[in-house]
Amino acid sequence: MPISQTHELHQRRFGRNLGVALCLVAFMAIVFGLTVAKIRQGASMEAFDLQPRVSITPIVEE
Amino acid sequence: MTDVTTNTQVRVAEGDAEFGDYVALLKPRVMSLVVFTALVGLLVAPVSIDPFIGFTAILFIALGAGASGALNMWYDADIDQVMKRTAKRPVPSGRVTAGEALSLGLWLSAISVAMLGLATNIVAAALLAFTIFFYAVIYTMWLKRSTPQNIVIGGAAGAFPPMIGWVAATGSISLEAILMFGLIFMWTPPHFWALALFMKSDYHEAKVPMLTVTHGRKETRRQILIYTVLLVPVALGLAFTPVAGPTYLAAAVVLNAIFLKGAWDIWRRDEAAADADNYAVEKKVFRFSLYYLFLHFGALLADAALRAFGVM
Repeated sequence: MPISQTHELHQRRFGRNLGVALCLVAFMAIVFGLTVAKIRQGASMEAFDLQPRVSITPIVEE
Repeated sequence: MTDVTTNTQVRVAEGDAEFGDYVALLKPRVMSLVVFTALVGLLVAPVSIDPFIGFTAILFIALGAGASGALNMWYDADIDQVMKRTAKRPVPSGRVTAGEALSLGLWLSAISVAMLGLATNIVAAALLAFTIFFYAVIYTMWLKRSTPQNIVIGGAAGAFPPMIGWVAATGSISLEAILMFGLIFMWTPPHFWALALFMKSDYHEAKVPMLTVTHGRKETRRQILIYTVLLVPVALGLAFTPVAGPTYLAAAVVLNAIFLKGAWDIWRRDEAAADADNYAVEKKVFRFSLYYLFLHFGALLADAALRAFGVM
């Protein structure tokens, strides 16, 4: 008989915590991926107000 | 000092659920239909969308649908407890508390709408928010318990995903999106009433005013035929829009003919005949109705693929 015994309840809680952790990691990956995709599309926009972000728009030669 | 755990008789607290129980709150089977129809709506749209943004859009549309499922399970726990089909759901079985289901539903609604808006556009996000509201409030809290038309109007919630997928790609609603909506909207009543005919005691015991309970089974059979007849022009009409092609037209003609025949057979039968063969026809039509929807949207996808490869 093992000297320590894990109750089924603890396994269940571990499974739940692991699930939440994986969801959070996946969410981070999605936000990062979205950022990359938006920048690749050339979304030179400031936040969500759809105003061109002057500081990162290309310089137009006269 | 020892690490021996002596207390192994920890009582399982109510609501001490597994991760899978929270997943079950999101109604994964309904989500799979949402994912598929939203994906078709997004892919048949005449605008190309970045694959990752497209993936994110589908993911959050599905999550929004899941959120409305959790809200539905929170509110309907009393009905679910009575019905055989739903008694083992996480809330009525006591594995998840009603409060947990409510907060999961609300948080996931907020996250999915916000993320869909950030990933695609405001119109798609607003449509998703409206869909969640429609399913959770208009259908679950109001119509389901008050009118036998619950399935008809509530079916709109299930019909929105392809429209949201389309709007996520294009930014606006068009005739094609409305017809895809119409296809699921008109399909829902015959699909659910066929189920209600052979799951008869469930809805009756739960006192849900299903058409079979309020207007009788003969009237339900008549309504199945009426809605199937109304469904045909919508399904065929979609064939003449730019998103459809020969595959869809051929599929729609065959599938609608079979569905119409099934609805006709249901209408012609009476309860004695149905009882005699254990509702064989009703069960067959219900099963076919699942293929009906899947194959219509599959055909749209096939036509989009043919267009993409330059075959058409």
